[in-house]
Amino acid sequence: MPVIVADSVEHALAALTEHPDATVLAGGTDLMVEVNDGRRIPSQVIAVGRVAELAGIRVDGHTQGATIVIGAAATFARLERGTVAELAPALAYAARTVGSPQIRNAATIGGNLATASPAGDSLPVLVALGATLEVAGPDGRRRIPINEFFTGPKRSALAPGELVVAVHVPVRRGPQDYLKVGVRNAMVIAVASLAIAVDLEAHSVGVGLGSVGPTPLAAPDACEWIADRARWDTDHVTVDPGDATEFADRVAAAARPIDDHRGTAEYRRNAVRVMAGRALRRCAR
Amino acid sequence: MTVDVRAGAGVAGGIGQRAIRPDGVAKVRGEYSFSGDLWAEGMLWGQALRSPHPSARIRSIDISPALAINGVHAVLTGADIPVNRYGLEHRDQPVLADDIVRYTGEPVAVVAADHPETARRACAAIVVDYEILAPLVDPENAIDAPAIHPDGNVFRDLVIRRGDVEARGPIAVEGTYEIGMQDQAFMGPEAGLATPTSDGGVDLVVSTQWLHNDRDQIAECLGLAPALVQLSLGGVGGAFGAREDVSLHVHACLLATRTGRPVKIVYSRAESFLGHVHRHPARIWMRHTARPGGEIVSVESRILLDGGAYRSSSYHVTANAACFAAGPYRVPNGHVHAVAVRTNNPPCGAMRGFGVVQSCFAHEAQMDLLAAACEIDPVELRLRNALAPGDELLTGQRIEGTLPVADVIRACAALPLPAPAADDVLARPGGAGRTADAADVRRGVGFAVGFKNLMYAEGYMDGSVARCRIDAGVVTITCAAAEVGQGFVTLVQQIARTVLEVDDVIVAPADTTIGSAGSTSASRQTMMSGGAVEQACRAARAELEARAAVEPGARGPNPGGIDIVALTTREAIDVTEEFNHRLTHPLDADGQGDAHVSFACAAHRAVVDVDPELGLVRVVHLATAQDVGRVLNPLQVTGQIEGGIAQGVGLAVMEELIVQDGHVRNASFTDYLIPTALDAPTVEATLIEEPEPGAPFGAKGVGEPPTISSTPAIVAAIRAATGAPCTRVPVRPRDLT
Repeated sequence: MPVIVADSVEHALAALTEHPDATVLAGGTDLMVEVNDGRRIPSQVIAVGRVAELAGIRVDGHTQGATIVIGAAATFARLERGTVAELAPALAYAARTVGSPQIRNAATIGGNLATASPAGDSLPVLVALGATLEVAGPDGRRRIPINEFFTGPKRSALAPGELVVAVHVPVRRGPQDYLKVGVRNAMVIAVASLAIAVDLEAHSVGVGLGSVGPTPLAAPDACEWIADRARWDTDHVTVDPGDATEFADRVAAAARPIDDHRGTAEYRRNAVRVMAGRALRRCAR
Repeated sequence: MTVDVRAGAGVAGGIGQRAIRPDGVAKVRGEYSFSGDLWAEGMLWGQALRSPHPSARIRSIDISPALAINGVHAVLTGADIPVNRYGLEHRDQPVLADDIVRYTGEPVAVVAADHPETARRACAAIVVDYEILAPLVDPENAIDAPAIHPDGNVFRDLVIRRGDVEARGPIAVEGTYEIGMQDQAFMGPEAGLATPTSDGGVDLVVSTQWLHNDRDQIAECLGLAPALVQLSLGGVGGAFGAREDVSLHVHACLLATRTGRPVKIVYSRAESFLGHVHRHPARIWMRHTARPGGEIVSVESRILLDGGAYRSSSYHVTANAACFAAGPYRVPNGHVHAVAVRTNNPPCGAMRGFGVVQSCFAHEAQMDLLAAACEIDPVELRLRNALAPGDELLTGQRIEGTLPVADVIRACAALPLPAPAADDVLARPGGAGRTADAADVRRGVGFAVGFKNLMYAEGYMDGSVARCRIDAGVVTITCAAAEVGQGFVTLVQQIARTVLEVDDVIVAPADTTIGSAGSTSASRQTMMSGGAVEQACRAARAELEARAAVEPGARGPNPGGIDIVALTTREAIDVTEEFNHRLTHPLDADGQGDAHVSFACAAHRAVVDVDPELGLVRVVHLATAQDVGRVLNPLQVTGQIEGGIAQGVGLAVMEELIVQDGHVRNASFTDYLIPTALDAPTVEATLIEEPEPGAPFGAKGVGEPPTISSTPAIVAAIRAATGAPCTRVPVRPRDLT
């Protein structure tokens, strides 16, 4: 199969316009599994891993309202440490749970987004942090809020001819965490996962859920409810134990799990409840 | 002539030393050639088309669309197989389905093409008209259901009656236990390369456990004399029982003879999961009765094994599950009824532990229940009932060799417990998933003991052949024993170095130009082929010493002060020897008889950390004491123990092929989970050395015991941490929440 190795975003977009059925290749850790299984036979491949603009990680703005701009081809190995680990630790924790070191050296956050699996490890964190995607297409660039990006299992708002260019992650001052349940202690697809981010400036709480619905899910009702109930201080937030329990129940109510060979719906909903309670206790007094 | 083995232990790389594998460096560096790497000039690629249905009648097969594809050289169906039946012990399986398919993944047609992708496309182009039938998937129903095969639905129905089958003690405990379908999950998928020969025969290089049995089955199916079929061992990437049965062998050979070209077949991971046998899923009921002091009075058991669509080794798995159903304990009265049935589920056969893994999970759960009922410490209860040499098994067989059950129990229990959990989220249940805080975790400790027969059983006439050639001082050992990763090639060198007192030993490739070494299974190669190599080397040494006696000029540095180079330069020494173990006998109508050669036991103590709210488990530590007879290579014994425990961890907490309505739902390493480095516990092993009479150097096979009692020890620890009954393995998170 022919492969076009793009050297710029424009080059990749031009190639996509010319070959509308082409498959975009970044780290290949999802794609090659499908190809090797014979489930997908690409007619044309456009490789974006060598596009310099897509590889960068930078911070825009200062303290208040700063944003980490993560290029779509940044690998999970790079998200595990450095700037991301410092400013968005939950994203680094999620990155650590992706596959093995070899996989993390190849797999990219843009690939995680474009694949749009409900089990994508970084996705609940991006939901909890309220990230925004930057996509480029034949008509130029546009931004898509993370909550509008996922339209179904392995389906997204990415239009034909569009590429994920970067993800803009707000830097939130406050504790955050990521928890992932799998049947093995590493290298496992999430049975259920949960990200939480507390914003001590905005007095808000964000939650993202993975593997418990057709798409990564948010839990806005639970988050607004606990933000109202919590007592906010400059450097910490306090919640009553009873409220933490209620929060956990409300987060679990946001899950829309199913039974499959990895776990039952009942187990998943309970796991979300347990993780939500623990995550909040880790982030609040 | 005798050689003092203890003295020989002084030879560098000899018996008892930490000799390293001759193939180890190449394997670590990725330079070793596995059978998947095989290549020949002008070769074609073979690919099987497999049934998507667990049960269907084939109305018709149209291969013409596949033949029309450019690059396709042959498309074969069942009608093209001269004798369309094979099977490890009993020929009940078609090479390619003829009229009926009996499991999902059964080969229906096979293609040879100039590229693997062409072969895949050709398979997709074959039109098979199936009349879908209702699959028989519940083993409980199989006994009385209409037969799904001309040979019937029962592979074996075995009853063991011992003592007074009505006798009962005042204390009784009972339970029903389930064991899920474990897969051997070796890393190197099935692969082989068949090359037609000018005499109308075929050569096959293949990953296998038993070259000669494969050769005989291939020759039968092809209608060729066995001498026209030569097999050589390819680089084997693990086996664990799954390579005892023929897989791609006949397909590759037939395609090669039909096309006149070399044909390579290598399975994808998904095909591998469908293309080999698995561990039998089992449902086991047991009732133990005892006196208040804990002495067992009776054991009753009913064991149901799902053998899947074809027999494979179900017949003997049944015997093992039954013979060892009571564990390594004195049981004066017993009644065991074991049945293996045919269903439309994936075929099951040999896997490390061979029937005993299933029974051990049940009898060790029972021993803990009995300890609780008698209010006796579980370790003490086991000691009070421990089998010893001179005692009789359920089958009435008296233990004549060594079996230090009480010693392994005491030694294991005496090993130090691990330190309290470190303050590290990675070390807690859930690992990298960061799910548990220290307060969420409960620790539990569990203990289990198991034992198993070594070698084949029930009257099987077993042997192994080895050849020792010394030519101008160069020692070459030839033996057809399959090296599947266990380290037999290391052992060959160690034995030859010790007996002949030489430094360098060449291990010739394993193939069918020499007599059979039997299967690399049943923990038998150390004794059988180790014995053959020892015997051949001793015969060669005797010849050396005889020559030295008449050529007194040929004195030299070794062995024993003789010049091995001078004595073998004019005429090489070339001896071939066969080793046989003592005879065994079939079981009679009451399941009684001296059916087994030798036994080995082990004890395991597991420490687990459990997060009960999420049902996640971290196996922290495994202490074990194992009866090894004699340590021939401490490095390799440790490797077997650690590897066997990892497989036991897998069965305890994660490994299961999920089969629904006859379809495997997780035929991939994405969803068939095996332990990673973060899941493997720290292992502390102590070895009990009581040399086994009749075994070369007194050594016992060590590969299987680590897999047998590690699983029940881990599950006992999970019960201790959570109070959950855990009557089924693998223990799933939802079983604990």
